[in-house]
Amino acid sequence: MNDIIAAADLTPKDFISDQEVRWCPGCGDYAIVKSVRKALAEIGTPTENVVFVSGIGCAARFPYYMATYGFHTIHGRAPAFATGVKLANPELDVWVVGGDGDMLSIGGNHTLHALRRNIDLNILLFNNEIYGLTKGQYSPTSREGTLSPSTPMGSIDHPVSATSFALGAGARFVARSVDTDQKHMPQVLKRAHAHKGASFVEIFQNCIVYNDGAFDNFAVKKTAPDTQLHVEHGQPLIFGAERNKGIRVNHDILALEVVTVGENGVTIDDVQMHDQTNRTLAGWLARMEAPEFPVAIGVLYCDPTESYESGVARQIEEAKQKSPSQDLNSLLKSGHTWTVEPT
Amino acid sequence: MSSDGNTALKMAENSREEVDSVVVRFAGDSGDGIQLTGGRFAETTAIAGQDLETFPDFPAEIRAPIGTPYGVSAFQINFGSGVIMTAGDAPDALVALNPAALIVNIEEIKPGGLVIVDSGSFSEKNVQKAGYDKNPLEDGSLEKYRVFPIDISRLTLEAVSDTEVNKRDGLRCKNMWTLGLISWMYDRDLGPTIAYLEGKFAKKLPEVAKANVAALKAGHAFGETAEMPDDVRGFTIKPADFAPGVYRTVTGTEATSWGLVAGAQLAGLKIALCSYPITPASGILHVLSRLKAYDVTTFQAEDEIAAVCAAIGASYGGALGVTSSSGPGIALKTEAIGLAIASELPLIVVNTQRAGPSTGMPTKTEQSDLYLAAYGRNADAPLIVLAAHSSADSFDVAIEAVRLATKYMTPVMLLSDTYIANAAEPWLVPDADQFEPFKVEFRTEAEGFQPYMRNSATLARPWVKPGTPGLEHRIGGLERDSDSGNVSNDPENHQLMTNTRFNKIAGIVDDIPLQEIESGGDSGQIVVVGWGSTYGPISRAVGHLRDEGKAVSHIHLRYINPLAKNLGDLLARFDKVLVPEMNMGQLSTILRDRYLLPIESLCKVTGKPFRIIEVEDGIRAALEK
Ligand code: SF4
Repeated sequence: MNDIIAAADLTPKDFISDQEVRWCPGCGDYAIVKSVRKALAEIGTPTENVVFVSGIGCAARFPYYMATYGFHTIHGRAPAFATGVKLANPELDVWVVGGDGDMLSIGGNHTLHALRRNIDLNILLFNNEIYGLTKGQYSPTSREGTLSPSTPMGSIDHPVSATSFALGAGARFVARSVDTDQKHMPQVLKRAHAHKGASFVEIFQNCIVYNDGAFDNFAVKKTAPDTQLHVEHGQPLIFGAERNKGIRVNHDILALEVVTVGENGVTIDDVQMHDQTNRTLAGWLARMEAPEFPVAIGVLYCDPTESYESGVARQIEEAKQKSPSQDLNSLLKSGHTWTVEPT
Repeated sequence: MSSDGNTALKMAENSREEVDSVVVRFAGDSGDGIQLTGGRFAETTAIAGQDLETFPDFPAEIRAPIGTPYGVSAFQINFGSGVIMTAGDAPDALVALNPAALIVNIEEIKPGGLVIVDSGSFSEKNVQKAGYDKNPLEDGSLEKYRVFPIDISRLTLEAVSDTEVNKRDGLRCKNMWTLGLISWMYDRDLGPTIAYLEGKFAKKLPEVAKANVAALKAGHAFGETAEMPDDVRGFTIKPADFAPGVYRTVTGTEATSWGLVAGAQLAGLKIALCSYPITPASGILHVLSRLKAYDVTTFQAEDEIAAVCAAIGASYGGALGVTSSSGPGIALKTEAIGLAIASELPLIVVNTQRAGPSTGMPTKTEQSDLYLAAYGRNADAPLIVLAAHSSADSFDVAIEAVRLATKYMTPVMLLSDTYIANAAEPWLVPDADQFEPFKVEFRTEAEGFQPYMRNSATLARPWVKPGTPGLEHRIGGLERDSDSGNVSNDPENHQLMTNTRFNKIAGIVDDIPLQEIESGGDSGQIVVVGWGSTYGPISRAVGHLRDEGKAVSHIHLRYINPLAKNLGDLLARFDKVLVPEMNMGQLSTILRDRYLLPIESLCKVTGKPFRIIEVEDGIRAALEK
């Protein structure tokens, strides 16, 4: 991470490239790119030390719109390319951007391994529950029964939960945000950046053309206080316009439940505290779905450990200490050799 | 010469027969330690100053059921005082440690050849397991050969009786007993093998070390003192006439890996080798993962696709991205290789070819990925294709691959094969200080920069490391403007970019040597054109025919794309062109297409290298047509 040049007076504008943005008008991606630029300006890493790597899809056009280094690669493989970039130069801030099809379908394997390997990438998954760029087929996060050109009678496969997947893969940082939440998202992105190791952020993104309103049951601003739970480490899991609803562990059935403070003898002490290092709790929060539950937003899990590229650098350093010579001749003559004398 | 220097040995030495070259094959169950035996014998052969080529032949299964033909592991070595270029055609001697090893290998042994068998392993059960109806040692079916049955199992157990190993571990020393006997037979010093065994086992398993050394010595002593049949004698072979210098043995796997390290140093780059385990290519990952001190980062990816993508990402990041695999893995990488071509980044792809299609025969050799290398991508996607012709040659070819990839900002496919990867040969170690550096100049100048501006001579675009201020830019797989690199769907631009990608690779022809003739004149009745590991057998076959006075020449290609400038003219000067290949005629197709010449193919796809005689017969047949 490049924190040497502290907030070098960067503004979101410094991150706008000269390319015309070509998402559909009204697409949630516009709001996201705005939040990302804001977060980057606040983080303050100079533009030349930032790299955006993407796969294929609407979201994957993202690098073209950032005045940083960028690599728009092939479908599903962005985490693998980004891994190579980070191995070549661990000093760079490397961001990976992709959609649900890109990162959970064709590229699910790479997402899994980048996360469990814990390489220091900031992985942003724009989840719109649909294939946009190929014109609207259902995706691996589409809910059952989704009508689409490839599922005229409704999809019959079961969706994957992005954050449950990430936690299952062994991610050490898992967070969520909503495209339109311009206040919240930059904060989550900054946390993701500050986390050394793989950070996974699921951003609910509205595809206005093929899946408009997919997240209306929790993402609409007006009702958000009652439908979203903004988690904060060390704070009780409280939500609601009145801030009187909470999440409690029901020990009888070993599951979370929604309670109202002040009703049925429930006090604030009954409400579960958020502990971002508790993987089990993070898993439960990840699985809370609307309308039965509020959708958990914010940093669900954060528990750092040695990042992959640090381990790589450590081993190279150890190897160099053991055999300080990098002389090619000594390599070529290592092991058994013999000499033929001139006759 | 044995360092023991005892009287028995001196007497034996007196009766040694001098020979120029010998082919020996060791064979046994995959658990018998055959590869280790062969490897040790090769090492002592090298120490004795003889030239050699080896051919390790593994079964595909790690531990096939004991005693079955498909569990047989073999190791062939050809060594002698003259120039050795192949692992030899028909072995002069076979050592078979069980009936299965005998049944699998006997057909290939020279008539009259020596066959040493462990008679102790020829129980009725084992004989049947191997697929014999009757014990071949008793039914006269081996009359063609000089069979020498020795109860190696019993003699080994006797030899280790003074050590504290159990029967199972004791019997496992059978290979060392055998090595001892063969070492006696070909006048080898036991010292290095004893040192090796002690180094390997003495610390953790001192008794195992003792037992192995005891077995080795017992086998040797058996040769010295036993009542050997008249026709089983010791041999001496003079040291080969090597040019002065420092030598070592090297396999293709090692030479390729070291060549990559050397190339990266000459280019001033860190290596990032990103690979996924696959037979027979994993060796490169193993060798390079031990060379971290040389600024080598190795990354075992989650799959073949991730491996190549990470390598490309590393090149984008300013390192030398390398990925290594074999046919099926290369097939998986093709889409990403297309991106490296489109985004014009350096990339080395090493393909250690094996028999296919699909999973095929993973441990057997073939040259059938030439089409894949030359054509195997979507759209018009040219890249450089180079082929190594031997284990040692892999070193030079790997350096050349790095030079071209970095100079022209392009992927290079380096073709090797199972045979080259595993075979060992002596190598005159080059002096690295004499290598010509080709340091990469990264673009740092912001003034006038465009991501797809080009060097007018090489047509290469600039290589910019992320982290360079003022040069922030975006690249990708979408077609891009020929200058700014911005996404472009302009029809004329696409034509221009496609032409440029083609011309860039084609233009490399001016930067590679003219094709030379390996042996023979520059015109004549027939030229034999080869590539890759057929080098040895073709060289030998052509040599034999030239000795007979036939006007045969040999051309061997290192550069397959682009082909050397003068190749077409050269080929046209011969009445006939014959291409021996371990595939169904892939280079023939490429040459016919390119030069419109009536090229003939000599194809072999048995999973085994050509024998010299097969190439010789093929040339004769072509001459007679
Ligand atoms: S198709 Fe949907 S996701 Fe894609 S740009 Fe348009 S609105 Fe956005």
